[in-house]
Amino acid sequence: MTKVTMTVNGKAASGEAEGRTLLSSFLREELGLTGTHVGCDTSQCGACVVHVDGVAVKSCTMLAVEAEGAEVATIEGQAAADGTLNTIQQAFQDHHGLQCGFCTPGMVMSAAALLKDNPKPSEQEVRDYLEGNLCRCTGYHNIVKAIMAASGQDVSAIAAE
Amino acid sequence: MYEFDFVKPSSVAEAVAALGEEEAQALGGGQTLIPTLKQRLASPSKLVSLGGIADMQGLRLDGADLNIGGATTHGTVAAEAAGSYPALAVLAGHIGDPAVRNRGTIGGSLANNDPAACYPAAALASGATIVTNAREIAADDYFDGLFTTALEEGEIITGVRFPVPEVANYQKFLQPASRFALVGVFVAKYADGVRVAVTGASEEGVFRWTEAEAALSGNFSADALDGLTVAADGMMADIHGTKAYRAHLVGVLAKRAVAASA
Repeated sequence: MTKVTMTVNGKAASGEAEGRTLLSSFLREELGLTGTHVGCDTSQCGACVVHVDGVAVKSCTMLAVEAEGAEVATIEGQAAADGTLNTIQQAFQDHHGLQCGFCTPGMVMSAAALLKDNPKPSEQEVRDYLEGNLCRCTGYHNIVKAIMAASGQDVSAIAAE
Repeated sequence: MYEFDFVKPSSVAEAVAALGEEEAQALGGGQTLIPTLKQRLASPSKLVSLGGIADMQGLRLDGADLNIGGATTHGTVAAEAAGSYPALAVLAGHIGDPAVRNRGTIGGSLANNDPAACYPAAALASGATIVTNAREIAADDYFDGLFTTALEEGEIITGVRFPVPEVANYQKFLQPASRFALVGVFVAKYADGVRVAVTGASEEGVFRWTEAEAALSGNFSADALDGLTVAADGMMADIHGTKAYRAHLVGVLAKRAVAASA
């Protein structure tokens, strides 16, 4: 076991990890941050997306030891300290961007990564960016709508079917 | 996953030394290797991360050549090659998905040589040079069949040198489930001729379509490929496409690539 130290949601965090410990396992089991979900564990579904040094990664396909010294952001750090949802989270609620909610942490983290690089994406750009995030409820229309709304764009004409 | 030790050296020399141990394995971005380890299809005793070596990061335009560090992610290539080698940037920007592109590396992709990967087509069509800790290998001498390359045990791809073509284009027909290339064709036009490389199609992995190269070198237009076909023998076949279907796609995608770049 090795001691791994990283900054998670702005706070120093450390724990024990084997070489083979996945970042998703480290966050969930060592740090108790179970908001990061593990859906497929095969790098397909994107429920485990977190940010490492500012970019989206699939935490089930990265070793915890590779995040030594990194800045990690998870779903737990998205709302304000008093529980007020951030713009993306609020848009998911307002536009019914979740059904069962299992994929939502990864969807929100992917959306945050997209909007950081591309603050006003087109609907197609949102759909393309979510290629690695699967929703088994197939609630994509409202997820796309929520992300477009979070970017401050008019969504009245989007995904109406 | 089976247990393994993990080291993250900060220089190529340290990485080479660490890889000299028996059962040691290099780790690029891990987007193929980690899933492979999870399935217990590999059991290295030690993983040597190449992610901490500053010399293997980033892009550098050097005259007519674009040099890309072996540990550079697809996402970085997509963003930073857009001005110097746009077709390569577009290819990198359509590998996997955004989160995969933020981890996966060009050196990892070329070392793995998946028969449906995109980068092998770009390297072969560009006549790129694979630069390792020990030597330089021409792309024509590098790819050696499915998941097989000219790399020796413990040899590290430190960088890749791409001669920048006059024009180029990559056409990928997506396998609908994996989003890997069912077939992908990369066409690159240089002053001294055209090169065409095909991924996803052959049982032998990436290959050059030399008849198309000859035709396009004389007349760089999609019409020049009329009547040219690739033999179905030796193509891969699965539920997503027969041998004949893949062979047909090679011609269709080559024409599209020429039309898009001409």
